Amino acid sequence: MDGPHKEQPAHGPAGTGWEPTIVAFFCTWCTYTAADLAGTSRLKYPPHARVIRVMCSGRVDPQFVVEAFARGADGVLIGGCHPGDCHYQEGNYKTLRRVALLRRVLGEMGIEDGRLRLEWISASEGEKVARVITEMVETLRALGPLALPARRAAWDAEVAPGTVEAVPAAAAGGER
Amino acid sequence: MRLETQTGNGAPRIGVYVCHCGTNIAGMVDVKALTAYAATLPGVAVAREYKYMCSDPGQALIRSDIAEHRLNRVVVAACSPLLHEHTFRGAVEAAGLNPYYFQMVSIRELDSWVHTDPAEATRKAKDLVRAAVQRVILHKPLETRSVPVNPNVLVVGGGIAGIHAALTMANAGKHVYLVEREPTIGGHMAKFDKTFPTLDCAACILTPKMTAVGTHPNITLWTYSEVEKVEGYVGNYRVTVKRHPRYIIEDLCVGCQECIEACVYKEARVPDEFNLGLGKRKPIYLPFPQAVPLLVVIDPETCIEFKSGKCKKTCVEACGERGAIDFTQRERTEEIEVGAIILATGFKTFDARRIPYYGYGVYKNVYTALEVERLINAAGPTGGEVVLRDGRKPERVGIIHCVGSRDEHYNIYCSRVCCMFSIKLAHLIRERTGAEVYNFYIDIRTPGKGFEEFYRRVLEEGVHFIRGKVAQVSDWATSPEEEGKLIIQVEDTLAGMIRRIPVDMVVLSGALEPQADAEAVRRLFNISCSTEGWFLERHPKLAPVSTFTDGIFLAGACQGPKDIPDSVAQAGAAAAEALALVDAGRIALEPNTAYVVADDCSGCKTCIPLCPYRAIAFNGQTAKAEITEALCKGCGVCVAACPSGAIRQHLFEDAEIFAEIAGVLAAQA
Repeated sequence: MDGPHKEQPAHGPAGTGWEPTIVAFFCTWCTYTAADLAGTSRLKYPPHARVIRVMCSGRVDPQFVVEAFARGADGVLIGGCHPGDCHYQEGNYKTLRRVALLRRVLGEMGIEDGRLRLEWISASEGEKVARVITEMVETLRALGPLALPARRAAWDAEVAPGTVEAVPAAAAGGER
Repeated sequence: MRLETQTGNGAPRIGVYVCHCGTNIAGMVDVKALTAYAATLPGVAVAREYKYMCSDPGQALIRSDIAEHRLNRVVVAACSPLLHEHTFRGAVEAAGLNPYYFQMVSIRELDSWVHTDPAEATRKAKDLVRAAVQRVILHKPLETRSVPVNPNVLVVGGGIAGIHAALTMANAGKHVYLVEREPTIGGHMAKFDKTFPTLDCAACILTPKMTAVGTHPNITLWTYSEVEKVEGYVGNYRVTVKRHPRYIIEDLCVGCQECIEACVYKEARVPDEFNLGLGKRKPIYLPFPQAVPLLVVIDPETCIEFKSGKCKKTCVEACGERGAIDFTQRERTEEIEVGAIILATGFKTFDARRIPYYGYGVYKNVYTALEVERLINAAGPTGGEVVLRDGRKPERVGIIHCVGSRDEHYNIYCSRVCCMFSIKLAHLIRERTGAEVYNFYIDIRTPGKGFEEFYRRVLEEGVHFIRGKVAQVSDWATSPEEEGKLIIQVEDTLAGMIRRIPVDMVVLSGALEPQADAEAVRRLFNISCSTEGWFLERHPKLAPVSTFTDGIFLAGACQGPKDIPDSVAQAGAAAAEALALVDAGRIALEPNTAYVVADDCSGCKTCIPLCPYRAIAFNGQTAKAEITEALCKGCGVCVAACPSGAIRQHLFEDAEIFAEIAGVLAAQA
């Protein structure tokens, strides 16, 4: 993105280096409401997560997760209602299955398991929102930056200049 | 003419409004820096901060800016959208803009209230505002649909809350279905003798209301019945009710009770539920003399005809030509359609056996408060005599407060009514028996109208109050005066000493707990529970009777411990909310439904089995999926699954969410 925000540093007090960034997809009925409760209860947790509200965790397209990693997220958290409690009856089961599949794909891409987390957090569990985010920040600190954009550049560099264009074409040919 | 028709397709002109919320936000987030930052974002025409955006002047600011700066998009950074999205959409709409050209950012619940570092909190707020600005550019004007509302209402639970809610709505001319699982309505209140602090006779104030329910032309009363299934949505619920067999034809029984008299069981032998087993009933019985409906019930577990098929059936003989007894009755189900539902399923009392050192179930003279209530009640098993199980009048009685409440091992919360009913029982026991009465309490909590006065009165009557949590109730005598007594061991924290107090009767004032099946009921009606298991209201202050499921309201103790006046007040409020809903005739639904872009649909049918509401169908002629908007509730499960991206969701378009992701991560790129 262009604009003045580009000069904004990544997390962490200036000069102390890298801090993880989490994109969190919360369903509006349970986990987002729980995050609100954490707020009204004035619970404290680290400021590394950015919440995107969806109506149901079942709305979380695997592409959203991949996009978040590709754009610089170090972790993605998906929060939905407990099994059996989905406001839409069974959207969370769909999420569960999708996340299981997505994990395999992410593994292939070299994205460690701990970077994608799925949690069932009911509307009354404000404490769990704070706990899960705190835990996840610790996990990501241990894993270090994902830096997928930089990694991709490195992968591209590994492939000698000139062959970069040929490889996708060959791969595409192989698929068909 | 609406503004978007002039500017909707033009360049975005976004207004960003940052709320201070007093110091709630401004105390942690640098709102000036945030506003200045927002002003630099692409598409933003104006950015302002204001002390209280939700206030009238705050909203007026947005409205005047929309006109003056020809804004076509609005972003408000304030509290949770669950709290005020509706408010700001209204302000946007009032200025002539489509209300969905709006995005709200929570920088209070999700930011200022949960973080401690102002620089970090401000940075996060900037990320969130940037995401909203990038997203709102892609918003489209949407129309809310409206559906007709069925004017009938269902009340679940026939305690005082359910009774009051049902009567209120029935008196307003609505047809009410009242479903109660016990054979009679009345709930816990019907078991009480007197009510605190006025010492009104419970039956004298309750039974006229019960009768009014039973005879009201607008109330269909189904006792001995349970809700089995709930389908549909606000304004249009389809409810299946299971009606247990009473083995009595309701229309034919007149409540004369001759059958009970004639039962081959000459003596009542079965422990009677209404008197908590302190009295006995026959297999054919009336729960209590003032039961509504006044219909007998046959308990197939103990009735000889059901057990052996060889009973003389003297009851049938006694019923004679009326022929109301029908041993062949089966369970039935009824289906009803209602616009709103009020849950008034109440509470259960704490099982005192869970605290073994208080000796309930071990020592026969340890009672629960509700049992003592039945002993005191003139219609109870002893005709109002407070006597021990061996018939003796107690000379010393110990009442233990907070049994199972304010205790991290059982329930951490205060049960709210136990101080007062303990004080009331102390007064009534003293009045009936002249006994020395000791109350053992942690704190006395008497914050209701007339409560403190009542407490003082009972103090002056000579009831003893000992501050301290009781450690143990036992019969281990260590001195002659303790022989044959129950000994209450307690640390008297005011006197600063350990005491042993011998008594004849121990009364345990138990906690109020959620019903044992509250979890199942919660799932049935698709609502939430608090950590303790009480049904969760939409907002603890501003929406205390609504739930997160539109059209379902809460009344009485199913939401948390309450006394009778509070239950009645809340039932009235729930009835008013339900009336406001069904009386409106139509209700607007959120437009966040899914839709199919037919050109992109490959007809793969992936989406069809995913939809929990069967809103998606396959059109054989066009070989494409079709969504019935009226059935779609907008979860978006199909949207995420569509392999060709042909299903989209209003307000949660892929492009909008991608823009949000890009927005929150822009600082990382």
